[in-house]
Amino acid sequence: MEDQPNLNYINSLSEGDKSFEMKILGIIKKEFKEEKNTYYNNMKNDNFKLCAENVHKIKHKISILGLEKSYEIAERYENNLREGNYELQNRFSDILNKVTNYLNKL
Amino acid sequence: MNCIIIDDEATSRTIIGELCSNYNNLNVVEVFSNAIEAIKYLNHNETDLIFLDIHMPDFNGFDFIRTLKNPPIIILTTADADFAINAFEYDCIVDYIVKPIKPKRFSKSIQKVEAKFNEEISRATSKKNNPSANDDFYVNINKRLIKIDIQSIYLVEAKGDYIFLKTDNKNYTVHSTLKKIEEKLPDHMFLKIHRSYIININRIIDIEDNSVLIEKDIVPVSRSNRPELMKRLNLL
Repeated sequence: MEDQPNLNYINSLSEGDKSFEMKILGIIKKEFKEEKNTYYNNMKNDNFKLCAENVHKIKHKISILGLEKSYEIAERYENNLREGNYELQNRFSDILNKVTNYLNKL
Repeated sequence: MNCIIIDDEATSRTIIGELCSNYNNLNVVEVFSNAIEAIKYLNHNETDLIFLDIHMPDFNGFDFIRTLKNPPIIILTTADADFAINAFEYDCIVDYIVKPIKPKRFSKSIQKVEAKFNEEISRATSKKNNPSANDDFYVNINKRLIKIDIQSIYLVEAKGDYIFLKTDNKNYTVHSTLKKIEEKLPDHMFLKIHRSYIININRIIDIEDNSVLIEKDIVPVSRSNRPELMKRLNLL
């Protein structure tokens, strides 16, 4: 079954502190958007190394949102990029879309 | 403890800051998004603890540590477990936490930091109170005075009129008594666990029944010394 994003981890950190939840979600949204845009720009330029760096940062947000299976894919994709191939690119794009949709609804 | 956070991700910096806020003894004084800025800060300021991301562009966590002359206590934070093996090369690194950092795992890490911090304070205090307390001492072997680094000693064994010193680099047979060498060794690090053995408690690998595995040596623990040994361990 496909994994679904959730706020379990953030809730475990906040222990009910709503202001912290708002703060961290704001930072994640902003940073994720920037990192995603940078990733797609680097993709256009076929810069494997920089793409791998972008995926590395993005995968932390993927794990924060409880997407364990997606995290594994992102990790494999990061390694692929470091070796100079784009295998798993489409699956990673699906993950980015899933996270984007989720964050937009929050 | 004053601490700083170095991480190129704002999300990570915020999470670590939030985790620190649960501990009264942790005071986050600065956060940095890159190692260069942190180096500039540390040129003029001191800190007790650094939360350090390994994976940063241009200048990674290990590059950063190599620039520090007297590194404080460091906790490495990373999204990859792959670098863990490199961490063993640095005495200043007390823990290696994989992101996302869970509160329970963070708590365990802080306990390790507190133990290390207290050990360093006690070592500094001991040196202050007892000027003769050194990091090393000399032994006379075949008319040569040989320097022994105290931290490198893991086992001292009495054998008749001699003591057998085991260190990381070499073993030494010295004409002396266990009592004499016991006076030279810092209490916080060494413990007599048997009438013939003193061990470096930081080097214990495991304890089973009435014996201790220290490096590759199995050493007996006498019944009367066992309670003190157990008291000195940081038991979960």
